Amino acid sequence: MLELRNVSKTFGSVVALSDGNLVLESGSIHALVGENGAGKSTLVKIIAGLYRRDQGDYLLRGESVDFTSTAQAKNAGIAVIYQEPTLFPDLSVAENIYMGRQPTNRFGRIDRKAMRAEARAIFERLGVRIDPDRVTEGLSIADQQLIEIAKAISLDARVLIMDEPTAALSGNEVARLFAVARSLRDEGRAIMFISHRFDEVFELCDTITVMRDGAYIATTPAHETTIEEMVRMMVGRDVATLFPKVDASIGDVVLHVDGLNRAGVFHDISFSVRAGEIVGLAGLVGAGRSEVARAVFGVDSYDSGSVTLLGRALPAGRPAEAVRRGLAFVPEDRRKQGLVLDSGVARNLTLAVRDSLRRFGLIRTRDENRLTGIWATRLEVKASAMDTVVGTLSGGNQQKVVLGKWLSTEPKVLIIDEPTRGIDVGTKAEVHRLLSDLAGQGLAVLMISSELPEVLGMADRVLVMREGRITAEIDRVDATPENVMFAATQQKEGAR
Amino acid sequence: MTVPTTAAGSVAARRTVMSKVGARLLSREAGVAATLILVVVFTTLQNPNFVFSPDGYRDLLLTPSILMLVAVGQAFVIITRNVDLSVGSIVGITAYLTGRLFIDIPGIPVLAVFLAGAIVGGALGLINGALVAVARVPALVITLGTLYIYRGLNVAWVGSDRINASDLPREFRSLGTDQILSIPVLTIVAVLVLIAAAWYLRNTRGGREFYAIGSDPDAADLYGLKVNRRIITAFVMSGALSGLAGVMFAARYGTVSSQAGTGWELQAIGAAVIGGVAISGGVGTVWGAAIGAFLLLTINRALPVIGIQDFWQRAVVGALIIGAIVLDRVLAVRQARKLREMRDTDND
Repeated sequence: MLELRNVSKTFGSVVALSDGNLVLESGSIHALVGENGAGKSTLVKIIAGLYRRDQGDYLLRGESVDFTSTAQAKNAGIAVIYQEPTLFPDLSVAENIYMGRQPTNRFGRIDRKAMRAEARAIFERLGVRIDPDRVTEGLSIADQQLIEIAKAISLDARVLIMDEPTAALSGNEVARLFAVARSLRDEGRAIMFISHRFDEVFELCDTITVMRDGAYIATTPAHETTIEEMVRMMVGRDVATLFPKVDASIGDVVLHVDGLNRAGVFHDISFSVRAGEIVGLAGLVGAGRSEVARAVFGVDSYDSGSVTLLGRALPAGRPAEAVRRGLAFVPEDRRKQGLVLDSGVARNLTLAVRDSLRRFGLIRTRDENRLTGIWATRLEVKASAMDTVVGTLSGGNQQKVVLGKWLSTEPKVLIIDEPTRGIDVGTKAEVHRLLSDLAGQGLAVLMISSELPEVLGMADRVLVMREGRITAEIDRVDATPENVMFAATQQKEGAR
Repeated sequence: MTVPTTAAGSVAARRTVMSKVGARLLSREAGVAATLILVVVFTTLQNPNFVFSPDGYRDLLLTPSILMLVAVGQAFVIITRNVDLSVGSIVGITAYLTGRLFIDIPGIPVLAVFLAGAIVGGALGLINGALVAVARVPALVITLGTLYIYRGLNVAWVGSDRINASDLPREFRSLGTDQILSIPVLTIVAVLVLIAAAWYLRNTRGGREFYAIGSDPDAADLYGLKVNRRIITAFVMSGALSGLAGVMFAARYGTVSSQAGTGWELQAIGAAVIGGVAISGGVGTVWGAAIGAFLLLTINRALPVIGIQDFWQRAVVGALIIGAIVLDRVLAVRQARKLREMRDTDND
C-alpha cells in the first residue's frame, strides 16, 4: 500500500532521518517503535506531506509520489492523527469532519442536514455516541481522536497513521479505540500505530518496525518477537565509551525530595542528590520529569510532600528563595525559558546575579563584562564579543551561556533538563565534560535526559520515571539500556 | 436550521441541551438588538424628537448604516483572528475619491463611482492582506502602519482642499436623503450587502473556512486549508466595504475633508466586539457586528439627548465594550462547564 525506501531528511546540520524504511500493507496494523528522537515523527511528517524528503523513494500503491502539502497527501488517501488532535474548537463536530468538503446543494449552500446525517452515520458505524451538532470545544482527547478518525473515514482514507493515540486515554477509551482500529483494518485499510506502550503494541499490531537514531533497524511480525528483543533493537548500541563521568568523591545529601505529589502530574516522588553526584532522571517524554524539576525549583506548585535543601526545608513556589539558597535550574527549552535571545552574552550571563553586581543601584558594563569574561573563558563560550546577541549563537554555545548564568550564582545543586538537546556531537561532549568537572568540584547535579546513552554515561545513579511515578532506581554499575528502557515503559523488571 | 426528524432517544435528549447552547449563540445578536430597541424607546420617551423628527429618524437609520458596512468588513477580518486598523483611512481616501471623480469626470454614472470606491478600497485591503499573509507579521502592526500611510497619502492628495456638497451632482446628493417606503436608500444598500455577507459566511464552504482559520490557525494549516488566500480575501472584503462606506459618506455628508473617517477603525472594532465577534477569532456573525454598529452610534447620539456629560458619554461606550467582552467570557466559561458535565455524564 505505502512504502518508504531509504528516505532521509536533514534540518540544517541535524540529521533527523537518515535511512527511513517502511512498508505498510492493506488490512494490517503496523507498529512503529523507537526511542524519543529515533525519527518516528519525522517519518510520519514526511508521509503526511508536512515535510519533503531530501532523498529516497516514497511509493503509494506502487507509484512514486511527492507531496508538497498536507492537502495533497489527504487527497491521496492518507490520514494522520496527531498526538494532540488538531480540530477547530469553535466549530461543530460535523463541520470539523467535513470542513472544505461540506455537502452542498446546487446553489453552493451547505446542506447542514445532510452533513449532520452523514456524520451521524459514521459515528454509528464506529459505535460511538458523539453529537455532530455540538461544538468541539470541551470534548475529551479520546472523542477528539474519534472525530479525527471519522474525518479519515469520510475521506475514505486508505492509510491511517496514529501518532501515540493512547498517550492521553483511559483504559476504556483505549479499548474503544482499538476496537475501531481493528474494524478499520478488517475493511482493508492500512493502519500505522506509534506507541511507547509495548503491551498495547503486542495487543493490537501484527507487524512491528523498529527505528533508532533516525534510521530503520528491523521489521518483524509481532508474533515472532518479544518485548525484550524489541527493547534491545531500540537501544542497542555501545554507550559506555561515549560519555565518561569522572569519579568524584560523593559527599552528603544536599537535596532531598520526599513524597512530592501533584494530582494528575506526578505522585510520591522521593529521591536525594549528594554533593559530587550526578543523578540521571530518565524516562519517556511526558513521564513527568520536567514537571518534578519545576516543582522542586518552585516554578510550579505541588500538592503535598517536601523539598529539603542543605538540611533546611525549601518553601514551595518560591524560585527566588531557591536560587538564593543555592539551587540552579537550567530548563528544557533554553530559547524560551533560559535566555533573553535578543540580548547580548554579557546581559544574559549576568541575569541571575544582577543584585550582587549592583553598585548604588546601577550596573556598570565594566563589571558585567569582567564577570562574563571569567565564565566565558571557563565554559569556552564561542562568541565574538560580550555583546553578541545570544540568539545568533549555536545551540551548544547558548546552552553554555545558560549554564554560565546559573553557575555564576555559585549553586550547590544544579538541576539541568535535557542538557544537550539540539546540540551537535562535538559540543555535546564538551557539555558533558563540563558537568563532570562541576560534579568533581562538589556540585550536586540532577540531570533530566531523554537520551539513554547520556544518562548511562553520565549518571552515578539513574532514576526512571514512568507516567508520573519513579519506577526504578538503578546504580551506575547495574544500569543497562535494557533495564532503564523497561522501567520507562513497563512496570515489571527493573522496578525495585 | 430545522431540527432533524431522525434522532435516537439519547441523542434527542442531548439535543435539548444543545439547542439551549445554540439558543445562547442566537441570543447574543438578539440581546444586542433588544438593548438597541431599549435605548431607542427610552430616549424617545425622554425626547420624542429623537425618533419623531425628520432628522432624528434619518440619523437613526442612515448614519449607522455607513459604519455598519465597515463593521461587517471588520468582522470578516476579526473572525480570521486578525484585525484591520486601516479602515478609517480607507473610508477617508474613498470619500475624497468620490468627490474628485464627480469633479474631474463630469457626468460619470453614480454606479461607476460606487464601483470605483469598492475597487480602490479592495486594492488597499489587498495590500494589507498580502503583507499580513505573506510577511507573517501580526495584522495589528501591519494595519497600524497602513492606517498612517493611507491617511498620509490622503492628506498629501487632499491638502487643504475639501469636497463641498455643491461639487456633487444632484442625483448623487439625493441618495443621502432618498427613501423607499420611508427607509433611506443607503440603508437598504447596506442591508443588502449585510445579507449577502451573512449568507456567504454561514452557508458556503468558503465562508466556513474563515471560522476554521480563526478558530485554530495551526490546525487550519495542518488540515490543508488555503489559509493565506482566505486571510487576503478577508482584508480585501474589509477594504472594499470600507470603500463603499467612503462613497456613502460623501453622499450622506456632502463635505469631505482630509480627516474624513478618522477614528472609524476603533468604532468598527467596537461594533464587532459588542455584537459578539470574538476578538480571538472563530466566533461571531456579521449580523452581530451590524447591530453592534447601530447600538454604538445610537447610544452615542442618545446620551447627549438624555443629558449626560461629554466625558461620561465616552466612558459609557467604553463600558459597553468591556461589558460585552466580560459577558462573552462569563458565558464561555459557563458553556465550557456545561459541556464538561455533559461529557462526564456521557462517559458513565
